[in-house]
Amino acid sequence: MLNFSRWAVAGILLPLIIGIVCAVPSFLPDSTVAKLPPFMQTRVNLGLDLAGGSHLLLEASTQEMARQRLANMEEQVRTELRRGENKIAIGDISSRDGKLSFMVRNPSEVDGAVERIRPLTQGAGLTGQRDFNVEVVNSSTIVITPTQAGIDNAVKSTMQVATEVIRKRIDEMGTREPTIQQQGGNRIVVQVPGLQDPKALKDLLGQTAKLEFKLVDMSANPSEVAQGRAPVGSEVLPYPTNPAGPPMIAVHRQVMVSGEELTDAQQTYDQQTNEPNVTIRFNGAGGRKFGQVTSQNVNRPFAIILDGKVLSAPDIKEPILGGSATISGSFTVEGANQLAIALRSGKLPVNFIVVEERTVGPGLGADSIRAGLTASIVAVVAVAAFMFVSYGRFGMYANIAVAINVLVILGVMGILGATLTLPGIAGFVLTIGTAVDANVLIYERIREERRRGRNVVQSIEHGYKEASRTIFEANVTHAIAGGIMLALGSGPVKGFAIVLLIGIATSVFTAVTFTRVLVSGWVRRTRPTDIHI
Amino acid sequence: MKLLKLVPDNTNIGFVKLRHWAFGLTLLLTVLAVGATFHKGLNLGVDFVGGLMIEAKFPQAVQTDKVRDTIAGLRVGESSLQQFGDPKTVQIRLPLPEQGGAGAANAVVEKTRKAMEAQFPGVTFSRYDTVSGKVSGELIQNGVLAVVLAIVGIAIFSWFRYEWQFGVSTFVAIVHDVLMTLGFFAITQMEFDLNIIAAVLTIVGYSINDKMVIDDRIRENMRKYRKMDMKSLIDLSVNETLPRTVMTSMTILLALGALLLLGGHVLRGFTAAMMLGIIVGTYSSVYVSSSLLISLGLSPQTAEKKEKKGGIAAQAERMGPRDGAQP
Repeated sequence: MLNFSRWAVAGILLPLIIGIVCAVPSFLPDSTVAKLPPFMQTRVNLGLDLAGGSHLLLEASTQEMARQRLANMEEQVRTELRRGENKIAIGDISSRDGKLSFMVRNPSEVDGAVERIRPLTQGAGLTGQRDFNVEVVNSSTIVITPTQAGIDNAVKSTMQVATEVIRKRIDEMGTREPTIQQQGGNRIVVQVPGLQDPKALKDLLGQTAKLEFKLVDMSANPSEVAQGRAPVGSEVLPYPTNPAGPPMIAVHRQVMVSGEELTDAQQTYDQQTNEPNVTIRFNGAGGRKFGQVTSQNVNRPFAIILDGKVLSAPDIKEPILGGSATISGSFTVEGANQLAIALRSGKLPVNFIVVEERTVGPGLGADSIRAGLTASIVAVVAVAAFMFVSYGRFGMYANIAVAINVLVILGVMGILGATLTLPGIAGFVLTIGTAVDANVLIYERIREERRRGRNVVQSIEHGYKEASRTIFEANVTHAIAGGIMLALGSGPVKGFAIVLLIGIATSVFTAVTFTRVLVSGWVRRTRPTDIHI
Repeated sequence: MKLLKLVPDNTNIGFVKLRHWAFGLTLLLTVLAVGATFHKGLNLGVDFVGGLMIEAKFPQAVQTDKVRDTIAGLRVGESSLQQFGDPKTVQIRLPLPEQGGAGAANAVVEKTRKAMEAQFPGVTFSRYDTVSGKVSGELIQNGVLAVVLAIVGIAIFSWFRYEWQFGVSTFVAIVHDVLMTLGFFAITQMEFDLNIIAAVLTIVGYSINDKMVIDDRIRENMRKYRKMDMKSLIDLSVNETLPRTVMTSMTILLALGALLLLGGHVLRGFTAAMMLGIIVGTYSSVYVSSSLLISLGLSPQTAEKKEKKGGIAAQAERMGPRDGAQP
């Protein structure tokens, strides 16, 4: 039907106008956009590959990694030799010069001790490579030295875990398509799009997010704690916000529950004070453990420890059996939110420091962007000319529709705050291709119907009707493909799918409905007896 | 003004009678493509496998394309450049030589340094280092899974909406297009980077669109000409949609041609892949998916039976936009 009522025309034009208006800020400079009312500040963000962004170089200390590894080994040796029927008594374990050494009290047990320590020093792989060498010195001292191969492997796997954790954290922040790469042995490059201050990012990546719950040692002598000395089985930790006075507190070494046993963390507010805090939820085992320890220690305080610092040490008022807990510690909203993100994405296996911070240009290179832009303009002009030469007036209508379509897609992307990257541009090209194709389908159908002898109005009506079915069909399949890619894909696949899905919705509307309004307006005005198509 | 018509009215080309030859050719090319992909492998870019990172400081601001051209002459692989901090510093990423370890890497750095010093006097390499790929294995697996499931989803849609033959033929044809594209990259050893994935997705999208248009016409004609045999029916449908096929692929090739000539070095692989994909996708609509419909035994009579039974196909047809959805 070629007759549109005024209302129908208004209903078709209104969403297009809204879309175009929302696209406008993307073309304006920052300073102008800032002056616009908030609902007009809808801009398409350009991805790292197209516009560049911030660059951070993070470095993990290999010494720190080696130290931690040695500390783990020390713990393992201690537990192993204390385990079971045949306890082997040993002296203090020294960890000087990057190796462990200790005396076995009874020299006759040295061989037995070595036998039991050996399995701990085996590498994880099947290569038979040792991670540590075990030797006996002076017939009673055992020395455990890390091998170079072992250190290399440990660093490698630690960095892999760290890269994944960092990727998760940045994804949780909502940043689209960052670049995360390992550089050299112990560094990680993080690049995020946009030129805003990367402070939030630095804060987020700067914390290890190692969360532990430990019981406070009530037996400790406050004056000794102030000097940093703790009773056996306890340790003194910094507690900067201690309401009792000294910025230190003694806690039992044994970990009640750790951050590895939680399934979720969310920023929440305290119901009484309305202060921001973080609510965590433990997994089954963690929840049971937490319930058990809190039931046994009612009215005693426990410490919530983050990265070796005590955040708070509340009293256990009643057993906490629900499997969730709240961490308070005079946070700001951003701070609590960052902690929640960090806890959700897991702790970093090692601490990182930011060694370099810069703004970087587009990942594709500024020259390619310029060339790509020129080429795109030429391509658009060539296609528009081709359409005009092939379909005359109708070709122009299709060109107007495509131009509006591009603006509306940008407008919708602006409203959604989506990021445009090169894969997104590929999605754009495909959408525009199918939009042009929709018009080609309609016009070829009209030509066909004319050849079959129908009159002008009938041909146009029939052309639109028959072609619409095909276009609908093709776009539904596109939407299925796009939907699956959006749900499962990541990175470039996702960037492509977002633009594709937006484009499907807008291009059917512009290429079919909108051109029909234009064509019907023309037919009603001029009542042509023949059409040039 | 006389309008351009690329395909004359009432064209009638006997596409179907060539299908046995085409099948042979398709099979041969597919085997070649798959063989090449397995044998030679893809030349994965720095995005995937990592490589060398060099930070170059220039005495004055420098154009990245000049740097790119200098490195392109060295045959050390595809470089990826990024302005780094200020306009005088450029970060260069290069693939690592496959063999030779640290020595070979140093050789590449030295070669690059010499060429750069000759071209840009006063340039210094403030540091170089190895970098890992930008994407983790998990990311690649998810991406591949997403694309495969998307193709399967489309096949299932075609099957439920019409006949199973449409589902199978569409699936086979799209897989064919993807394999051919991969084969092209394996044979030419052009760099396969992250952006090529987007190109492959576009090819899949274009190919789906093309198949849907022809399939839809076949179905329309199946309803119209119930007594016609399948071969003539497909020939008729392909010929009827030929003006549109030629017009659309010409339009896209025109746009891609501009990108290929003017789009610069980085977009070249991307554009070449898309152009090839458009050609392969258009070919497979006729000679893979439509021809397969004949081999799978689809005929207007089988479709009619199903419609009479009032199966899903007929139901779906009633829900389509054909009836009543007009404003």
